[in-house]
This record gives sequence, C-alpha cells and structure tokens, in this order.
Amino acid sequence: MPDATYLVAAVLVSGAVTWALRALPFTALGPLRASRTVQYLQPRMPAGIMVILVAYCLRGLPLTHTAVLAPLAALAVTVGVHLWRRNAPLSILAGTAVHVALVSTVFTY
Amino acid sequence: MCIPPAVAGGPAPTGSAAPPSRTPSDTWAAFADSASVGLAFVPLGIAFGVLVAHAGVAWWWATLSSALIYGGSFEFLLIGMVTAAVPLASVAVSAFLVNVRHVFYALSFPLHRVKGPLGRAYSTFALCDEAYALTAGEQARSWSGRRIRRLQLFLHLYWVGGATAGALLGSLVPAGVTGLDFALTALFTVLALDAVRDRPGDLPTPLLALLSALTARLLFPGSLLIAAFALFTAGLLARHLTTRGRVRHA
Repeated sequence: MPDATYLVAAVLVSGAVTWALRALPFTALGPLRASRTVQYLQPRMPAGIMVILVAYCLRGLPLTHTAVLAPLAALAVTVGVHLWRRNAPLSILAGTAVHVALVSTVFTY
Repeated sequence: MCIPPAVAGGPAPTGSAAPPSRTPSDTWAAFADSASVGLAFVPLGIAFGVLVAHAGVAWWWATLSSALIYGGSFEFLLIGMVTAAVPLASVAVSAFLVNVRHVFYALSFPLHRVKGPLGRAYSTFALCDEAYALTAGEQARSWSGRRIRRLQLFLHLYWVGGATAGALLGSLVPAGVTGLDFALTALFTVLALDAVRDRPGDLPTPLLALLSALTARLLFPGSLLIAAFALFTAGLLARHLTTRGRVRHA
C-alpha cells in the first residue's frame, strides 16, 4: 500500500484541480451567458455530455473476448429497466447486479 | 441530463417526505429533490469504497477522497493511479482532463441565487454532474439559493457516507465478487437516457456526441474524454452556424 503522505497529497492535488475547474469558469464565462451562441449550446450540452461519459466508461470493452458479454448484458438490462420503469435507482441497481453476478461467476477474468 | 421530476415524485418514496398540507421548508424540499440521485449515490459510493478496500488502500482514504475531491468518475480512476503510485503531476493532469467538462456548467448553473462568499465557495466546490443536472433545469427556476445549497449538501453526504460504509465493509465482500464499478456506467446511462428524452425532437445532438466519442476513441485513445468534448462542442457550434445561415437565407 502506498504511504499515507502520498495518498493525502493525491487527494489534495485532485481536489484543488477539480474545485478550480468548477469555480473559476464562473468569472470567465459569466458574461457569455447572454450570448446567443451560449444560449444555443446550453440546453443541448447535457444529453451529449452524458452520452460521451457512457462511451468513456465503456472504452475498455474487451471486444474480441467473450467477457464483453457481461457489460453488454448489464447495459441492456440498465436500458431496458429504465425504459420500462423510469426509476433511476432501480435501473442502476439492476444493471450493476447483473454485471456483478456475471463477472463474478461466468466471465471471471 | 437529470432524473426528471416525474421520477422523483413518482413511485420513489420522495412524495411522502413532507406533509402535503404544510409548505415544506427549504431543507425538506431539498431532501425530497435529492432522494432519487441519493438512491444512486449510496450504492455507487459503496461500490467505490469496496474497490478502495479491495485495492488494499486504508478505509479513511475513501472518506477523504469522497469528501475533498467529490468527483465520482475521477475518484474511481484515482484508485488505480494511487495503487500504482503514479507521480502527483500525472494525477493533476488526469484530474484536469476528467473534470474539465465542469467548465461548461458555469454557463447555466444558477450560482447568482446563492448568497455569501462561503455559500458560493461550497456551491462551486460541490458542483458535481448530478447537482448541475438537478438545478440547471426548468423545474429549479424558483428554488432559493439556500435550497440549492442544501440539495448539494445532501448529495455530498450520500457520497461520503456510501464511500465510507463501502470501505469499512469492503473486507466482508468476498474478493471474488467484482464488477461493482459498473454502477458508474449505469448512472451515466440513466442520466443520458433521461437527458435525451427531455429533448425528444433533438436526436442529432446525442448522435453527434456518439460520433465524437467514437472518433476520439480511434484518433486520441489516450485523451478520449477531452477530445470527445471538444469535437462535440465544435460540432454543435458548426451546426449552430449553418442553421443560422439557413434561416437568414430563407
């Protein structure tokens, strides 16, 4: 296990960078809020950003291996349950449970 | 990109949180608003804590990380980085690349309603994806700064509580049980579905995002996230310019 000083330093560095990214743009981008371009972007960004984050999570899929079936099945269950019940926590729990079950038993790697 | 109010007020137990006859206080309202994301944050936090425990890192690190970084997706990545003891400069660059998307939230997060330097400091610190999702939409137009801050505090507490519980109980989960990290993929999948459904007439936007992600995956596999965001934003701007031109010619 890495030593405690390094572990704390890694958290502090990451925390500082993350907070700066969340706080500083308000001073820089605040005046842009009224611009028509920003008003075009603003309602369209959330859906795209979330789609990209999903793709990012799936970037390491083992495409040439049968183990790829576990995340794909879990993804199908997440989407299916969400379209069916529209209950976010339920969809997340269902998808994760399927993934844990498959990866821990059938597709161990 | 949020869990829509229809879900929060539907079968989830949020509707019964406040007596219907009285006007709920800001705290109660914030608690009700936070419930549906909270029900996702707690298992996700537990998953994070269990991964920390299984990586052989001390339990308190999960508490520290969830309290002071408070950026779920990056924290999952950070476990692997600290167990490999990568240099702090690489940690900083990775934190920047994974979280740089937050700069876009400054365009629409209602910070002007949050009063006082301390309140604003906390509100920007706790501006995670889900806090943005809940407060930047139509349904939050009337919320006070106090209610927004309380909502953020509840989400923060769910995350820290889940992570701490997971790290403490992690040793009880057999090492053969893996794959809990899928909770993050599932959370973003659900948020993406909700965000796409919020704008039913706007399928080109998620398609553009998907195309940007695939292009970034092929051309810049090492910096997928920022490349995909940049391509996506550029694509939206290009679309904005061409549609504006078309309107003008018509």
